[in-house]
Amino acid sequence: MEERKNQIWAFIITGALILISLIYYQVNPYYMYLIAYIWFGFAYGMMLQYGRFCFASASRDLFAAGVPRMAVGILVALIFFSFIQAILAATNMSTFHPAPFGIHTLISGLIFGVGMVLSGGCASGSLYKIGEGNGTSFLAAFFGLCIGQAVFVNVKWFNFLIPQKWFDAAVVKAAARDIPMEKVTSSFDMYLAGYIWGRPTVQLSHTEVAQQALPGVSRYFVADMLINAMIPAALLLIVIYAVWMRKGFIKKRAKAKGGATGFGDDIAGIWSMITASKRTTLMGVIIGITAGLHILVMKGMQIKFGIGNFGELLTRMGHDADNGIKGTVFDPGYWYITSQEGQLGGWILDKLGWNMRDNIFFGVNNGLPDPWRNPALWMSFGIIFGAMVMARLNNEFKFKLPKGELIAWGLMGGILMGVGSRPALGCNIGAFFIRVAGGDPSGWLYGTGMVGGAFLGVKFFNWWTERKMAKEMEAF
Amino acid sequence: MAMKFEKTGEGKYMLDVCGYVCPHPQIYCKKSIEKMAEGEVLNMVFDNPSSGETIKQMLDQAGHELVEEKKEGSKIIFVIKKG
Repeated sequence: MEERKNQIWAFIITGALILISLIYYQVNPYYMYLIAYIWFGFAYGMMLQYGRFCFASASRDLFAAGVPRMAVGILVALIFFSFIQAILAATNMSTFHPAPFGIHTLISGLIFGVGMVLSGGCASGSLYKIGEGNGTSFLAAFFGLCIGQAVFVNVKWFNFLIPQKWFDAAVVKAAARDIPMEKVTSSFDMYLAGYIWGRPTVQLSHTEVAQQALPGVSRYFVADMLINAMIPAALLLIVIYAVWMRKGFIKKRAKAKGGATGFGDDIAGIWSMITASKRTTLMGVIIGITAGLHILVMKGMQIKFGIGNFGELLTRMGHDADNGIKGTVFDPGYWYITSQEGQLGGWILDKLGWNMRDNIFFGVNNGLPDPWRNPALWMSFGIIFGAMVMARLNNEFKFKLPKGELIAWGLMGGILMGVGSRPALGCNIGAFFIRVAGGDPSGWLYGTGMVGGAFLGVKFFNWWTERKMAKEMEAF
Repeated sequence: MAMKFEKTGEGKYMLDVCGYVCPHPQIYCKKSIEKMAEGEVLNMVFDNPSSGETIKQMLDQAGHELVEEKKEGSKIIFVIKKG
């Protein structure tokens, strides 16, 4: 009975999304752009839920339980994604752009890493878990990623942390970009204009060394794909095997063979680690390929409509009030989480009477579109509904209201994720996964911070749970 | 909502972490097994499907046996023998 009910719900949700897509197309064919985001989000959601694919668990489960399942899945996804990214870059079909490089990326990753362990899921992990009915993830996403992030980019509360030279530089940089100073008001604006806009960007294939040493498009495959993504990912797989898996595997192997083991057994051990969770590894492969196809489709849409940003289509459709003053809205062109949640939070606060438009984040760069015309936000909705369909089909959907300590962890973790994603201009997807695969070494810097943050979060939870276990064991 | 870890008989324990989300079920499972002696059995009840995959691999790596796995509605029950 329950199974039948779940199947009906899966059909209703999928049918509703098809209907929504048709209505959008009927209203204006330009909305095909937005529809593409919906269905790539839907695909991500299904795959994330099926593979239990969450970046938070990659480092957290390694430190907390010694389980490399998710770390392996992510590295496999990265290897496949970097290959597709290189093909797209070589054919001038990539929407990827590197991010400003600096220590801020490491610090942001650290804050985000603590947050994702506390809340129980990374940014996209929280979305897919909302699709499973998880109320704690909803708290983290709504109050942290949406509201927390929107408040963070709009307030002056952190001015005491901003050096005078950033204030001065912000005035000069804003003038150089024709941005009126009434749009440069918050602490985050001073950081963005005064510090970030002065930072260099690095993409290995675009460095002088790569351009001189590597002819033609080979630089995308050698510098971006091999040097920045595949080789470090393969080395990490070896390190994870050596630290967490080798001892147990070789012991079992030696017992089974009744003698000494060799190099071949280590190769078998690495393969055994990669295939230990088939559903996670398989999803890693498919997610990596899908993320690449997503870039291809969005670039194709841009070429078809002759645009570089969805804001141009909004303007053509008469919705230019949705855009920032530069005529753009947030439109990453690939898998990306957090900025669109910030937009939703900003939109809600704006409707409640808090002016959210006099800052660079909303007022200049990303706009504050109505949620139903926000392309990247539809990708997030797609993730939630895709995961919901998959969870329903596997009878794993259940509304779970956050209770007790989980409310505190969800709120604290969500806010740390929201705050941690902004200074690096992205989260575990935008600042780590996409950048590493695209040849931007700042992705590894963010990843290093994220792993460090996860380590601290696990330390805290180990202490907390040990206390609770000791209390339970007083009875026996 | 509260986690429960109880001794239910000689060499038998029960861990109930229903309502908890990642990473709590896997951490409590690991800690419960650490408190038990070899050969003792843990009945673990949880309702966070994402934790199941991690717990299975954790048991396999540590040499514990997943004796039984069943679902009762949205609850997942693992019967684990410490190896």
